[in-house]
Amino acid sequence: MKNQPIITTKNVNFYYGAFQALTDITMDFERNRVTALIGPSGCGKSTLLRLLNRMNDLIDQTRVEGEVLFEGRNIYEPDVDPVEIRKRIGMVFQKPNPFPKSIYNNITYAPRLAGIKSKESLDALVEDSLKQAVLWDEVKDILGRSAMTLSGGQQQRLCIARALAMKPDVLLMDEPTSALDPISTAKIEELVDELKESYTIIIVTHNMQQAARVSEYTGFFYLGKLIEFGLTEKIFTNPDIKQTEDYITGRFG
Amino acid sequence: MEELRHTSREYEKELQEIRDGLLYLGAKAEKALEMVMQALVGRDANLARQIISADDEIDRLDIDLEEKCIRILALRQPAAIDLRFITTAIKITGHLERIGDMVVNMAEKVIILNDFPQLKPYIDLPRMGEISREMIRNSLDAMVHQDAKLAVKVCEEDAVMDQLNEQIFRELVTFMLEDPVKIQVCLYIMQISKSLERIADHAEGIADMVVYMVTGRIIRHQSVQAKDT
Amino acid sequence: MNEQSLMKRRYLKQRAFFLIVRLSALVITLALVGILFFLFYNGLGAISWDFLTLPPTDSMTKGGIMPAIVGTFYLTIGAIIVALPLGVASAIYLTEYAKQGKLIRVIRVAVNCLAGVPSVVFGLFGLGFFVVFLRFGSSILSGALTLGILILPTIIGASEEALKAVPQTFREASLALGVSKWATISRIVIPSAVPGILTGSILGIGRAAGETAPIMFTAAAFFTAVLPKSVFNEVMALPYHIYVLATAGTHIEQTRPIQYGTALVLIALVLGIDLVAIVIRSVIRRKKRW
Repeated sequence: MKNQPIITTKNVNFYYGAFQALTDITMDFERNRVTALIGPSGCGKSTLLRLLNRMNDLIDQTRVEGEVLFEGRNIYEPDVDPVEIRKRIGMVFQKPNPFPKSIYNNITYAPRLAGIKSKESLDALVEDSLKQAVLWDEVKDILGRSAMTLSGGQQQRLCIARALAMKPDVLLMDEPTSALDPISTAKIEELVDELKESYTIIIVTHNMQQAARVSEYTGFFYLGKLIEFGLTEKIFTNPDIKQTEDYITGRFG
Repeated sequence: MEELRHTSREYEKELQEIRDGLLYLGAKAEKALEMVMQALVGRDANLARQIISADDEIDRLDIDLEEKCIRILALRQPAAIDLRFITTAIKITGHLERIGDMVVNMAEKVIILNDFPQLKPYIDLPRMGEISREMIRNSLDAMVHQDAKLAVKVCEEDAVMDQLNEQIFRELVTFMLEDPVKIQVCLYIMQISKSLERIADHAEGIADMVVYMVTGRIIRHQSVQAKDT
Repeated sequence: MNEQSLMKRRYLKQRAFFLIVRLSALVITLALVGILFFLFYNGLGAISWDFLTLPPTDSMTKGGIMPAIVGTFYLTIGAIIVALPLGVASAIYLTEYAKQGKLIRVIRVAVNCLAGVPSVVFGLFGLGFFVVFLRFGSSILSGALTLGILILPTIIGASEEALKAVPQTFREASLALGVSKWATISRIVIPSAVPGILTGSILGIGRAAGETAPIMFTAAAFFTAVLPKSVFNEVMALPYHIYVLATAGTHIEQTRPIQYGTALVLIALVLGIDLVAIVIRSVIRRKKRW
């Protein structure tokens, strides 16, 4: 059953200065699905992820060609405010990066700046987001404590809760478990499974088994090109392209 | 098997061991089949007994291979071609072991048949033996060379085997109608024919798995025409 | 050469090197202790309640230095008030906003040159620009502005380092939440950089309080018995007071104890202001650990 795409890239090229990091990327990211982007280091998968919420804007001397359509609208149009895009497309990073604030304030930080002021709504938001991130039971009594005192896995779930507090449509995850132990990893993976009910998730991972476990669609990138993109089951049992097969099976040239 | 080798040489070695093991087991099964046909035609009860005792090794090889495959599944989490190869290997080793059992069945019948006078010179049974041996050999060749076409050809030959089995069945029925004293011998021969037909089915099963391994398509329980697409 | 003697040589070399390093550290410590001892030995006798609370009397040969203490305090705080916002703002521009390129390099060179300019040149600039051109006269305002410019490079440098030391991941985390760049800088980056910025301020305070040349023409009075009433008043200042007593008076030898006492007070004042900043910094650091 195919869902409507929420994000579509059309012939996207991306350059860091003279270096072309992505070549002719065209793909659909379906709504309420988990799409995994895999490939060796430097293949462009993280670059693509950061293109989708315009995080690459922060790097000097980069250039985008082609279109990135979010709900049908090219987010690289000059009149699009990247801040608005990032409110709708949240991101979770490789290393847990909570702010040096309390757990409570980590979550309310962005919503407050976005105009939510009342104590009740903020309290509700904190509880909601932490529950969605399956962290509520662990931290409900220590909301005032610094986020830095949490374990790595808890910090990462806090970062997910923090992103969810903005009620985004899409959640981009850039190797969200690469710094975590297997149990924390399993918790995050389970969380991803639950979150796709309400969010579209795009996850970059170096762990191929993780891609196989959590995603419905997988895109394999190599040297800045999308080599193969399709159902995860197909990619992992019977990919069409030899390069994909070699990578999946651990035959690196 | 493919140009690119595994980054982990140990893993590559393990996969190679399984490939080699399958070929060895295949050769054993094929050899046993050849010998049982010899014992049948030559009415050689000693040879038949040898074959029966040799089946233990086939059983042992089968278990050994299956354990290796399970180990790789657990430790290496194979994907794509490797995953398909391992699942194929598990099934192939099962088929080969069953072929070994069929051969043992046949050997037992050979020993019993020696107590009876020869019904008639064997013509179709040795043909069936030849064809089924060729099917086993080709299906394993297809595995080694990842040759789906050859595998489909093996499947096609199964039809010939069914025909021959049918033919022998009808022939034996006429013998039995003619002379009820021959019924016992005929039934034993019929069982041998049936075993050969079953062996061919197993060879086809191997070929089906090779097609899956190469193409990712599961073609079991399909007509031969549908397989060849 | 055999293995053992080689090792022995290496060991001796290492010992020799450590000795040199240790001696260097010792020399510096001794110098500091020496200066402090010298000051305490010569100056402590002059310190009394009256010395700290009364204005000078008898052509500055007797009495206290209270106006100079107050003056230096005002000038230093004034300089910080001038330089801190300006310096931090420049540092924010340089690290957070400006695209790295030619312009930035030019600005950096300019800031570094400013740091290398002799302080008397600042004094002359202050005289020409603030005192004469802007008609601020010789006043706290002129002096504080001049000192402010003097310590600007220190504050910019320290602030830049402090801002750069804020993990990039904080910025990314905030921006990725759809928070604007300015909000990210003001809510996340600057608070995290405050300890480092304070370090820069501490260095600036030390310099501002101790400089003589820049205030000589812009703010410092030879003698006033009254405390300043507004920023347009002249003030006495500790370094200038020492300078005057030690070079320009008629009773140079007679006022030696007062000179040392004043110097001691100046050092105590600088250390005092530093201590406040250090305490603030460590409190903030303890709160924001990452």
